[in-house]
Amino acid sequence: MNNEENGEKTGQCRCVHGFTRRGFLTSVGVGAMAALATSGRLSAAQEGAVAERAAEKAVVITLTVNDRSHRLLVEPRWSLLYVLREQLGLTGAKVGCERGECGACTVLIDDLPRYACLTLAVEAEGRRITTLEGLMAGEELGPVQQAFVEEDAMQCGYCTPGQIMSVEGLLRARPQPDQAEIRQAVSGNLCRCGAYPHIVKAGLRAAELKAKR
Amino acid sequence: MTVHFSYVRPASLQDAVSQLGSDNALIHAGGTDLLGCLRDEVFPAEKLVSISGLPELRGISKTTDNGLRIGALTTIAEVAAHPLIRESYAALAQGAAAVASPQLRNQGTLGGNLCQKPRCWYYRGEFHCLRKGGNYCYAVNGENQYHCILGGKNCFIVHPSDTAPALLAFGAVLRITGPRGSRSVTLADFHVLPERDVTRETVLEAGEIVTEILLPPASAAMRSSYRKVRARQAWDFALAGVALALELEGGRVRRSRVVLSGAAPIPWRAVEVEKIITGSALESEVIHEAAVAAMTKARPLGKNGYKIPLFQGMLAEELEKMRQVS
Repeated sequence: MNNEENGEKTGQCRCVHGFTRRGFLTSVGVGAMAALATSGRLSAAQEGAVAERAAEKAVVITLTVNDRSHRLLVEPRWSLLYVLREQLGLTGAKVGCERGECGACTVLIDDLPRYACLTLAVEAEGRRITTLEGLMAGEELGPVQQAFVEEDAMQCGYCTPGQIMSVEGLLRARPQPDQAEIRQAVSGNLCRCGAYPHIVKAGLRAAELKAKR
Repeated sequence: MTVHFSYVRPASLQDAVSQLGSDNALIHAGGTDLLGCLRDEVFPAEKLVSISGLPELRGISKTTDNGLRIGALTTIAEVAAHPLIRESYAALAQGAAAVASPQLRNQGTLGGNLCQKPRCWYYRGEFHCLRKGGNYCYAVNGENQYHCILGGKNCFIVHPSDTAPALLAFGAVLRITGPRGSRSVTLADFHVLPERDVTRETVLEAGEIVTEILLPPASAAMRSSYRKVRARQAWDFALAGVALALELEGGRVRRSRVVLSGAAPIPWRAVEVEKIITGSALESEVIHEAAVAAMTKARPLGKNGYKIPLFQGMLAEELEKMRQVS
C-alpha cells in the first residue's frame, strides 16, 4: 500500500493537491467537481434539516473519514463509495457489484460494517466513516491487516479490503469471537477465489493481535 | 451511477410528509432497496426525502399495555439483537437475523423491510411487466423457479421480507402518518395481492410514511420460531420460510398463527394449518395432516413445483420442534 492510497494524516488530500498519477487522473476526470478543501476539522455536519438539494447541482457536505473532516462538493446521487475513491483518493474500498451483493466496498460507519456502494454520500454526513486506510498505524499495518498477511487469507485480493473491514467491525463489537461469529461476520463478503478457510483463521489471529496492542 | 434526483432531509415528520407531496418523491430510509431499484431504473425518482433526520422514528420500547413499540427506522440488526425481542418475540429476532447480510442489516430498517419492492427478475430487469404498467407477466411462461405457488393470479412475485411473516404471526399493527393525519393498519391488511391491484405492494397512499410497528403483549404460553430455507446459507432470499407463533397449554395448541414466506405475493397465513393444529396435541399424524393441508391450494408454475414438498417438509420439521418444546 502506498502513501497515495493511505491518505497521509497531514490534513491534505493527495488526490487533489499532490501530483500523483491517480490524483492527476481524478482532477482531470472530475474537473471542477474535485474536493474543495480538506484541511483541519471543520464545523460538524448539520444534524436534522437540510434544504432541498437540487438534482443536477453539486452541494457542499462535510464527511468525517478516518478521523479527518473533509468538505466536499458532491451530487446528491453520488454514493459514498464513489466519493471515497474518486474525490478523496481512498481506493481501499473496491468497486464490485455496486448493488449491495459482493461486499468489496465495505466500510465502517459509526463502527458498523456497511456497503459504501448503497450509501449516499449525503446520507453519511455527521457519521464516523472508517475505511481500510484508517486501519493503518502510520506505515504499519493494523492488526486485522497483519493477520490477513500472516494467514495468507487472500488469493486475487480484490475482496480482501472488504473482508478486513467486516472482521474489523466484528472485533470492535466482539473482541473475542468464535469461528461461527467470524463466518457470520464475513457472510456479506463474497470471495470467488474461495479463500474462506484462511479468512476465518485470519479473523481468529486478528483477535489475538488486537488483544496484544 | 443512478439517475439524477434532488435530496432533502427534513427535521420533522410533518415536513417529511409535505416534502413527499411533489411528483415522484420517494422515501429514503435505509436506502438499500431504493438505491438498487433506482440504479436499475425500475421506477423513476425526482426527489428523495430522507427520513434519517427523524430520531423519533428509531428505537424499541415497551408500550403501556406491555406490548412492544418498534420505530420504523430501527435497523434490522437492532431488531435481531434486542433482548426483549429475542426473549418474547423469538420468531422476529430469528427472521431479522436471517435478512440479507450483516452490512445490509446494519443499514436496512424494519419499516423498509416491510415496504420492499419485489425481487422478481422480470420486474427488476428490462421487462415492461404487468407490475410496471405493461400487460404481461413474463414469469408465467418464463424462468419462474423462485416465484409464488399461492395467491398469484396475474402476477407471481413472492414477498421478499423475512420479518413480515413473524410480525404477522404476532398480530402487528403499523402506525402510518400522511397528509391527512395518522392511522393504524394491521399488518394483515397492509400488503396488497396482485389481483386487487397489481401496481402496488402496500396500502400506503402518496405521502404516507410508516412510523412505528406495534406488537401486542406476548403471553407466557407463546412459543415462536422462524425458519428460512434458501439455496445457500448466507445472503439469499427465502425459497421457503415459515413463522410459527403458538400458544401451548398442557401439551395442546391453544392458539396458533402460521405464516409462510417465499410462498405468495404477500406474507401468507396458512389458515389450513392453523385449523388443524389449534386444539390438538402436536402428534405425528396431526403434524403430517397439517403439512399436507398447507399446500392444498398451491398452484405451481412450470418450474417451482419443488416448493410444495419443500414447504411440507419444512412445516413438519418446524412443528415437530414445537412439539419437543411443548
